[in-house]
Amino acid sequence: MSARDEIFAGIRRSLGVNGSETIRRQIVQDRLERAPKGVIPARGQVSGDERIALFKTMAEASLATVTEVNSPGEVPQSIALFLRNHNLPATLRMGDDPRLKAMPWGETTLEISHGPSQGGDLNAVSHAFGGVAETGTLAMVSGHENPSTLNFLPDNHIIVVSAKDIASDYESVWNRVRFSFGKGSMPRTVNWITGPSRSGDIEQTLLLGAHGPRRLHVIVVRE
Amino acid sequence: MTVHTTSPQFKQNAARALHDSQLQKALGNVKQGFIDKRQAAADKLPEFEALRDSARDIKNHTLEHLDLYLEAYEQKVTASGGHVHFARNADEARRIILDICRDAGAKTVTKGKSMISEEIEINRHLEANGIKPVETDLGEYIIQLRNELPSHIIAPAVHLNATQVEQDFRRVHKQFDAKRDLSEPVQLLTEARAVLRERFLAADVGITGANFLVAETGTSIIVTNEGNGDLTQILPKTHIVLASIEKLVPTLEDVSQLLRVLARSATGQEMSVYTTFSTGPRRAGDADGPENYHVVLIDNGRSSMLGTSFEEMLRCIRCGACMNHCPVYHAVGGHAYGWVYPGPMGAVLTPSLIGVDKAGHLPNASTFCGRCESVCPVRIPLPKLMRHWREREFERHLAPASVRSGLGLWGFFARRPSLYRFATRAAMATLGFAGRQRGRFSWLPLAKGWTKHRDFPAPQGETFQARWQRERNRRTA
Repeated sequence: MSARDEIFAGIRRSLGVNGSETIRRQIVQDRLERAPKGVIPARGQVSGDERIALFKTMAEASLATVTEVNSPGEVPQSIALFLRNHNLPATLRMGDDPRLKAMPWGETTLEISHGPSQGGDLNAVSHAFGGVAETGTLAMVSGHENPSTLNFLPDNHIIVVSAKDIASDYESVWNRVRFSFGKGSMPRTVNWITGPSRSGDIEQTLLLGAHGPRRLHVIVVRE
Repeated sequence: MTVHTTSPQFKQNAARALHDSQLQKALGNVKQGFIDKRQAAADKLPEFEALRDSARDIKNHTLEHLDLYLEAYEQKVTASGGHVHFARNADEARRIILDICRDAGAKTVTKGKSMISEEIEINRHLEANGIKPVETDLGEYIIQLRNELPSHIIAPAVHLNATQVEQDFRRVHKQFDAKRDLSEPVQLLTEARAVLRERFLAADVGITGANFLVAETGTSIIVTNEGNGDLTQILPKTHIVLASIEKLVPTLEDVSQLLRVLARSATGQEMSVYTTFSTGPRRAGDADGPENYHVVLIDNGRSSMLGTSFEEMLRCIRCGACMNHCPVYHAVGGHAYGWVYPGPMGAVLTPSLIGVDKAGHLPNASTFCGRCESVCPVRIPLPKLMRHWREREFERHLAPASVRSGLGLWGFFARRPSLYRFATRAAMATLGFAGRQRGRFSWLPLAKGWTKHRDFPAPQGETFQARWQRERNRRTA
């Protein structure tokens, strides 16, 4: 008997089932299809400006910084200002995201490079798939448009998120993922990011910038 | 396989821990930090208790249908281009992992924090076969340098102070100036970051654990604050996920419920910094990510816990809240428990996994105060399960002779109520009289274990039963 078969046999023996019971199969299939929601905290169930304000409060509580701009066209200047304010070099790495590409980078003196990170990039910008107001969390999906390495290797990570993509709860983001990738399918990686990297492993002292970004800066694009 | 454990020596371990001043200083951080933060996070979310019920129900439902959810999960992983391997025990798991590493031509392997990897002692096995495992979680990295086991399931180096870490870094990181300043924790972090960054970029294989597996999509999930798990899994060509079979949940909605209680119970955060959902290898057109994705599903004793009173332990999501709130853990730390899992959850799980003969006495290290159960996010009745082990230990005659004869003596009196009342009244009257001056005893016959460390308060001279009788007579009069 293979390890696989023996493990299944062991589980079924312990549970007192044989695995072919129609009712059990029906229950499992039904749950996988319906994906019931469970308890959704009331906190995030707000809309419009109130939801954006909650997102901002929660993201800041996770030690991210948040700024708002009125249109995608204002993003490059906003990033240039952020880098200047922190005395950071005017360099920026990004993927092929069409929303980022369409922005007027020429209006700044930023030196832009494209593609995943090999570990030598100080600053990177990614476009979020969405945000979650409940905890100030950003949802990122992998791909050449926003390579996952940009979320982790640079010291300073800037995430652009459209205000309209900020949802009340995680479940709303999963609905959008299903709509974009198909029910039961996922991109290689979905990253939920809530604040900059940190560790409390030395004497329970909170220190930022453990292995991932030391700074997380979020730009919410209204419009 | 040989399990490396000092669980049978718990009493000696505990005695040593109580006299270890460095350890006692470090344990102060556990008492101060975790409890208040968890409480604050729970207070901020009115639905927290309802979410705990929801989390418990999801895990119960999954365990009752575990065979079917495993089938669905396996199918989804395969469909997304990944490979699923099944391992009955630690030996099989190690063999599978070594084979994958050899196929990948691996020289070094980076590792995210994973308790199951400690359970199967994969580092020892890889090293014995010429492959260098590098722990990347800061705490795990530190204890790897010291050749120690984690002393806490989410804060592996919680038993250490910064000065000890400094000594280890100076001993191992010879590439840096010997006169460098490492007096601040942030300097230690910065140094570890620089050293490990090179390791991340050089690794051939990345091994992570999984906090959860999702049947609906064939997804494995890791939760970290450092981002080390992510660098471990996206940079090398091959990503290996190690997971025990009870990590499964049905859907993305279900895992979202569990994630709402995990970080709050563990560190008191609203949400951990990085929650990563991985499904298969990199896709056509992806610019990064692993080319190979393997999941090793490990049983190692779980399937035989199903259908027994210990099935409830399989709900555990490894948040560490039970040990953070445990007065025994606060006193002796994690290493005294002698194996991978310390604290109340370890006292219940360890005898199941390595045998009641080796670890059956761990459940005795409990005051039965019930705090562990009161904070468990999936409501595992830990005190009840510890009592089950105590009963089994007694039934199997594993308890020491002095305990057995003591309990036998008590049983003799307890079954003869009038004799019991007479004897206890006589004893309490004597003790009450003898202790009336000081109100406490610094020495008592047969109670050296207690009086060696603290005074024994003198009784008032009356038994509880006698007082109860008196009060009731007064009320009915």
